[in-house]
Amino acid sequence: MDYSLPKAKLRSRSNPVMAVIKTVLPNQDLQAFVLFLLILGSILMFWEVGAKSGWFSPLMPSASQTLSDFWGWVSDPFYVKGTNDRGIGWHLITSLRRVVIGFTVGAAIAIPAGVLIGLFPVVSKAVDPFIQILKPVSPLAWLPIGLGLIKDSESTAIFVIAITSLWPTLINTKFGVSNVDPSYIDVTRTLGASKWRTIIKVILPAAAPSIVSGMRISAGIAWLVIVAAEILIGGTGVGYFVWNEWNNLSITSIITAILLIGAIGLIIDRLFGLLQHWVSFGRAV
Amino acid sequence: MMLSMEQENNSPTQQGQDLAQISVRDISMVYRGRSGLIDKITRRTSKDYIALADISFDIAPNTFVSIIGPSGCGKSTLLNLIAGLTNPTSGAILINGSEIYAPGPDRGVVFQNYALMPWLTVAENLHFALETVYPKMSVADRKSRVYEYIELVGLIGAEKKHPHELSGGMKQRVGIARALAIDPEILLMDEPFGALDALTRGFLQDEVARIWEQKRKTVVMITHSIEEALLLSDKIVMMKRGPAAGIDEILNVPFPRPRSRENLDQQSGYHDLKAEMEDHLMRETRAVEASRI
Repeated sequence: MDYSLPKAKLRSRSNPVMAVIKTVLPNQDLQAFVLFLLILGSILMFWEVGAKSGWFSPLMPSASQTLSDFWGWVSDPFYVKGTNDRGIGWHLITSLRRVVIGFTVGAAIAIPAGVLIGLFPVVSKAVDPFIQILKPVSPLAWLPIGLGLIKDSESTAIFVIAITSLWPTLINTKFGVSNVDPSYIDVTRTLGASKWRTIIKVILPAAAPSIVSGMRISAGIAWLVIVAAEILIGGTGVGYFVWNEWNNLSITSIITAILLIGAIGLIIDRLFGLLQHWVSFGRAV
Repeated sequence: MMLSMEQENNSPTQQGQDLAQISVRDISMVYRGRSGLIDKITRRTSKDYIALADISFDIAPNTFVSIIGPSGCGKSTLLNLIAGLTNPTSGAILINGSEIYAPGPDRGVVFQNYALMPWLTVAENLHFALETVYPKMSVADRKSRVYEYIELVGLIGAEKKHPHELSGGMKQRVGIARALAIDPEILLMDEPFGALDALTRGFLQDEVARIWEQKRKTVVMITHSIEEALLLSDKIVMMKRGPAAGIDEILNVPFPRPRSRENLDQQSGYHDLKAEMEDHLMRETRAVEASRI
C-alpha cells in the first residue's frame, strides 16, 4: 500500500467568471452592493411583469404604479385635506410620539425594577414567576384590559406599548446588574464606598451596555406593537393609516406604509446601536 | 527619607510582635461542604474543604513581603483575608494591633486583572478612588494628587485614555497608581504581573522596585515567580500545598537596595536562596500533580 501524503495543490484552479468579477469589483462591499441591486431588480421585474400579465390577484398593483404612488406620499408627507385625509408624515409622527411616550414609560419602570431585582437574588426569585407569565403575552391581549381600565384610546395605546416593551429592558437590566464583574465591587469595597455610591458610580455604568441592548430590543418591540394597536384603536397613526387604506383597497398606499415603517424601525435600531457603542468603552456588545 | 533610613537599619531582622503592622494569628479558612438534611436525602453531600490551616506570621512596617507557593495553595485566599474582602473561619488578622473585619482604605489592593473601570479614563479612575476615600478633599488638591501618581507610574500623556486603549502593562500601572493614590499604609498585590508577557513583566518589576524606593509602603505580594520575589522582597513566605495549606518557611532576602536585575545573581547567597525556593516549589508542585492522578 502506498501511504504517501497527497500532493498539495500548487495553485487553486482559477474560475474565469470569478476572475472577471474580481477584476471589475475588487472588494466584497462592492460585490454585495451589485448583488443587492440584481436581487432588487429581479423582484421589481417579476412584480411588474406579473402584475401586467395578470399572474396575481386583480388587486395587486404594478411595481411602477406602486413606486409612483410611493413618491406621491413621500414627496408631500404633511398635507391636510380635512380630518380624514392627511399626509402620511402626520400619521408617522403621531405613531412615533406614542411609541416614544410608551417606551419611556416602560423603561422608567423596567430600569429601576431591573436594578432592584438584579441587586437582590431573593427578590429576583420571588418576582421571576410574574415576569415569566406576563412576558410572552401578546400586545393585543392587553388592549381590551387597557380600554376597559383606562377608557381613553390614546392612553391605552401608550399602556400597551409600555407593558409589552418593558420586558427585554427589565430582563437585560437585571442580567447586567447581577453580572457586574466582581472585581469592580471588590475595588469599591476596598475603597470603602457606600452602597449608594457603588450602585450609581459602578454598578449602573458597568451594566449600561446590557441595559441599552435591552432598550434596543424594547424599542423594536414598541415600534412593532404600535401598528397593531392603532389598527384596533383607530383615529390616527400609521396603523390606522394602513387599515384605512385597506378599506380604500389602496394597496400601493399600504406598501408605502410598510416601507416607511421598516425604514423608521431601522433608524430607531441604529440609534440604539450607536448609544450601545457609546456606553461600551471597548467591551464586547 | 526618614522611613527609608529606618528601613535600612532594621528591616531584615525579625521584629517583635508589638511592632508588627500586619499580624496574622492562627488563620484557618474552611469552605463548608453540603451536609444539610436535604443534601443528605438527595445524596449530594460533600466534605468541608480546608483551604488554610492555622497560619500565623507577622509583617513589620515598611517591609516588602512576597507570598509564593504552588498553585491552589490558597495564596489569593490569604491576600483576600488580609484585604478584608473575605473573613476567616477562625483566627484573626490585626492591622497595627487592632482586628479587622472588613476592607478599608488603609489597605490598597492591586488586582491581577487590573479591575479598572472601563467607562472611566485613567485620570477618572484615580479621581474615583480619591473622591471615595477623601470626599472632603478639594478638587484642586485631588487633581494635583492624581497628576502626581500618574507621573509616578510614568503615564503622563495617557490621562485621558480609557482602559481599553491601554496595553496590559499600562493598565496595571494605573492599577498601582490607583492603589497608591489613596495613600494606604499597606499595599496588597495579587499576582500583579501574572497576566503580562515576560518583557513587560520585567519592566514593571523594575518600576515597582523604583516606586517602592520612593514610597516604602508595607507590601504583601502574591507571586509565582522566584526571580520576582528575590528581586523585590525583604521576606518571602513559602507556602505548602493545599488542602490545609500552611507556611513552610519564611526566608529573609538580605540583598542591599536598590537592587538591579543585572547584578542580582552576583549577590552572595542568591543562588542558595534560589535553589532552596526552586527545590521547595518543585517538591510541592510535584506532590500537587501526583495527588490529582
